[in-house]
Amino acid sequence: MSDRPRVALFVTCLVDLFRPSVGWAAVELLEAAGCRVEVPEPQVCCGQPAFNSGDRRTTEDLARQTIPTLEPFDYVVAPSGSCAGMLRKHFPELFDEDPAWKRRAEAVAAKSFELVSFLVEVRGMRKPPGRLCVRATYHDSCSGLRELGVKEQPRALLRAIPGLELVEMEAAEVCCGFGGTFCVKYPEISTKMVEDKTRRAEATGAELLLAGDLGCLLNMAGRLARRGSALRVRHVAEVLAGRLDAAPIGYGKEG
Amino acid sequence: MSEARTAVLARIRAQLARGSEAEAAAVADVAARLGRPTANLVPARGRVAGEACVAQFEAMARKVGTEVERLAGPEAIRPAVLAALRRHNLPMRLVRAADPLLEAAGLEAEPLLEVRTGVPEEADPTGLTVALAGIAETGTLLLASAAERPTLLAFLPETSLVVLPTEAIVGSYEEAWARLRGRPGWPPRSVNLITGPSRTGDIPPSIELGAHGPKRLILFLVDRVA
Amino acid sequence: MEPQSLAFRTRARRAIADPVIATAMQRLETGWQLGRARAAAALPEFDALRDAAVAIKNHALSHLDLYLEAFERRFAERGGVIHWARDAAEARAIALSICREAGAKTVTKSKSMVAEEIGLNPFLEASGLQVVETDLGEYVIQLAGEVPSHLVGPAVHMTRERIAELFAKAHGGPPKQESAALVAEARQVLRRRYLEADVGITGANFLIAETGSIVTVTNEGNAELTQGLPRIHLAITGIEKVVPTVEDAFTLLRLLARSATGQEFAGYTTFLTGPKRPEERDGPQAMHLILLDNGRSSMLGGAMREMLRCIRCGACMNHCPVYLATGGHAYGWVYVGPMGSVLTPQFVGIDKAWTLPNASTFCGRCEEVCPVRIPLPKLMRHWREEAHRRGLAPPTARAGLGLWGFLARRPRLYRLATRAAAALLGALGRRRGRFGRLPLAAGWTGSRDFPAPEGQTFAAQWRARRGGRP
Repeated sequence: MSDRPRVALFVTCLVDLFRPSVGWAAVELLEAAGCRVEVPEPQVCCGQPAFNSGDRRTTEDLARQTIPTLEPFDYVVAPSGSCAGMLRKHFPELFDEDPAWKRRAEAVAAKSFELVSFLVEVRGMRKPPGRLCVRATYHDSCSGLRELGVKEQPRALLRAIPGLELVEMEAAEVCCGFGGTFCVKYPEISTKMVEDKTRRAEATGAELLLAGDLGCLLNMAGRLARRGSALRVRHVAEVLAGRLDAAPIGYGKEG
Repeated sequence: MSEARTAVLARIRAQLARGSEAEAAAVADVAARLGRPTANLVPARGRVAGEACVAQFEAMARKVGTEVERLAGPEAIRPAVLAALRRHNLPMRLVRAADPLLEAAGLEAEPLLEVRTGVPEEADPTGLTVALAGIAETGTLLLASAAERPTLLAFLPETSLVVLPTEAIVGSYEEAWARLRGRPGWPPRSVNLITGPSRTGDIPPSIELGAHGPKRLILFLVDRVA
Repeated sequence: MEPQSLAFRTRARRAIADPVIATAMQRLETGWQLGRARAAAALPEFDALRDAAVAIKNHALSHLDLYLEAFERRFAERGGVIHWARDAAEARAIALSICREAGAKTVTKSKSMVAEEIGLNPFLEASGLQVVETDLGEYVIQLAGEVPSHLVGPAVHMTRERIAELFAKAHGGPPKQESAALVAEARQVLRRRYLEADVGITGANFLIAETGSIVTVTNEGNAELTQGLPRIHLAITGIEKVVPTVEDAFTLLRLLARSATGQEFAGYTTFLTGPKRPEERDGPQAMHLILLDNGRSSMLGGAMREMLRCIRCGACMNHCPVYLATGGHAYGWVYVGPMGSVLTPQFVGIDKAWTLPNASTFCGRCEEVCPVRIPLPKLMRHWREEAHRRGLAPPTARAGLGLWGFLARRPRLYRLATRAAAALLGALGRRRGRFGRLPLAAGWTGSRDFPAPEGQTFAAQWRARRGGRP
C-alpha cells in the first residue's frame, strides 16, 4: 500500500439523494488525510433496508452487486456508521453457506470504515481542516457506536476545531428513533423517541446538533424544524471539512 | 420413565445431533465437570483475607441495611441480644435455633426474656439463629437448614437476629460453599444466602423493608469462637 | 393468555399517550438503568464475568440432555419428584393433579414467568383452587386482573394511588397513602395466606446438576415462605435453566441482580435440595418439579439457541427505547421488551407476533447490556426473515420494499430514478428546504418535517466535476 492509499468512497444512498454536500465533505477530508478518493460504480445501496426487513434474497443480491466494485481498493469509507456497519459486520454474515463469497465479503469488510473513525484511527488525523465558532452537541448514532465503536473519534476532532465548543447532551447514546423503515412503520414510538432526543439536545444550549449518519440527522432535523426550534442540524463531516455552503439540514434559501 | 421425559430428551438429542464420537466426549466432559466443581472467575473483591476481609464484609453488610455489631466473644451474645431488643423497643420474647453456640449463650437464664427453641410461629416477633459463613464480596450471610436450625427462623419473624463467628467470614460465595461441601448430609436441604433485610420496590416510589421476610436484620459478629 | 401482539401499534399508541406509563418508565430509567450502570462500573471484572457466563450457558446447552439427566438423578436421590412436560397443557395438568392429590384449596405462588407462560393461574382458578400471588408486584396485578408489564417488576406501570385503591377494595378499610403502610398491610394479609396454603408454587432461576438443587432469587423473601410453609412445594421451570455446578450458578448470580436492578446481590438467594429431612423441624413434606419444554428443545438446533442463555434479568427492556416508550402491556403477551420480541414469536407463532420483532430500531442497547450477550437484534432479524418468507407484512410495505429492491438491482435505472426524485423534490423544496406534508409519507410528516434533497445526486455531481477520474 502506498502512502496515498486508494479509497473507495461509499457515499450511501441517503447522502447521494438528499445531501451530496456530505459526500463532498467526505472527499475533502479524505484528501486532506492523504487519500486518493474514487467513487466506484455502480454504487446503489448496501442493502440494509432489505436486510432489516427480513428480505434476505435482495440483501444478498445487493451485496453481490456491491462487493466487486469495492474489491480493487485499499479502503472503503462511508460517511455513515450504519452503512459502514453493514459492510463491515453484516456482509460476511450473509454468506455462511457460500464460502467463496464469504471470503470476498470478509476481505471487503476488513477494509471498510466509517469516515471519522477512519480519519482518526487509520490516517491519524488530529486537526481537521474546518474552522467554526459554534456551540455544538453530538449524537451517537447507534450502529456507529455499538457496531463500530465510534465514540471518541468525532469528539476528538471536533474539540480540535478552534472556536468550537462541544457540549454533551444527556443520553447521547440513546437512539433517536429513526431506525430505517421503523420511523414510518411505528411513527408514534419513533416520534416519542425523537422528541426525547431533540429535547435533550436543545437542553444543552447548543446551536448545532451533529451526528455521523444522515438517517438520524434527517429525523432529528425534521422534528426540530416542525417544532420551530432554533437548533440547527448538520452532518459531522460538514463541520470537520469546514464545508458549510449548504444550508443546515431541512433549511433552504429562505430558511 | 414417563413418555414426556422420553420425548423431551429425544427432541433435545435430535437438535444437538452429536455423532457417536462426540457423544463419548460429551459424556466424559460432563462427568469431569460434575466430578470436579471448580470456581470460575472470582472478582478481586472476593479474594480478600484476614482483617481486611472482615472489614469489607462489615461495610458491605451495612450498605445493604444489615445492622452489624461486633462482639469480643461468645459470652457477649446474651447482653447484646438483650440490648438489641431494648434498642428497637421489641417484645422480650424470641425463638431460637438449638445451635450449640446459642445453647451456650445462656439466654434462658435471663429473667425478663422469654426464650423458646424450634420453629417460629406467626406470632413470634423475633428469631435468633446462626450463620455458617459470611461473604465479604457483598455482605451476604450463608445459612443452612439442619435439625437444630429451622430455616424459618430467618424468614418468618419480623426481626431476624443472626450470630456469625468472625472466623467464618470468607471472601467469595465459592469459599463459603466450599465450607459446606463434603459435610455429612451435604448439601443441606435449604441454603439461604441473605443480603440485608427483606425489601420491595413494587409499591412506588420508595424501597420498603419487611415485605415478607424480616424488616430488620441484626448481625452479631462474634470473635473468639472455638 | 391469548396473544394480542398483532395489535402492538394500537396498544403502543395508547400507552404513549398515558402519562402514568411515562412516569413509570422514567422511574425505570433513573432507577434500574442507572443502577445497572453503577453496579457494572463498580465491578472491574463485570465484562469478564459476562464472558464466563456465556461460556457456562453455552456449555450447559450443548450438553443439555446430559445435565438434565444428572440433575434428575440427584434431585430424585434427595427425595424430589420430577415431572417432564412437553407443552403448556401438559404442565398445567400436572400442576393441577399435584394440587388435587394434596387436597389443596389454597395455593400460594411466588413469581414465576414460566407459570405466566403456561397460563397456570387462570387454569387452577377455573379448577376451583384459590391461587394467591405473594410477590407484591404480582399480588397487585392479580388484584387488578392484569398481566405483568415487566420481567422483574410486574407492576412497574402502577401508581401508588392505584395500588391503594386495589388494596382498599380487596382488604377493606380506607385507602392508605404511604408505601410503608401499604407494604405492611400486604404483609399482614399474605401472612395468613402462607399459613393457610396447602401447596406453594415457585419458579426456579437455576437448576444445579451437580447437587440436584433448585435456586430461587427474590428480594422480598416470599419464595422462602411460599416453599417453606405449605406441605407441598411445587417448582416449575424451563429445561434450559440447568447449569453444571454451584460455582457456575455463582458466576451467573453475580450478574443477575446487577443487571436487573443494580443491586450487587439480591436479598435472598436460596438453594433447595429436596423436601424436609426426617430429622428436620421445618420444610415441605414433598417437593415436586415440573420441567417444561414448550418448544425450548426446538430452539437448540438453530439460530434461537442463543436465546436459551437468557437469565430473565430484564436489562434488555430497562434499556430499550421502544419498551421505555410503550411499557410492557403493548407487547400483548407474557414476555415483553426485546427478549419478549424474540420469545413471543417462538411461543405463540410468528403469524401472531410478527409485529414485535419489527418494532425495533436495532439500536443495539439490549445486546450491549445483556449479561449473557444474547444478540437480540440478530434474533429479531431472524424473525423478520421468517415473517418476510411467509408474507406477513402488510401489502403496502411489501410493495414498497419490492419496488425499491427492483430498482436497487438495476443501477442505471436507479440512477435515473434518484436523479429525477432529487431534482423534483429539490426544486419543490428549494425555498423552505423541507416539506410539511408529502404524499405517501404521512408516517413521517405526521410529526416531522421532511428535509428536501439539495437537488442533484452526489453521483451526478461527481461525474460532472471529476469525470469519474480521481
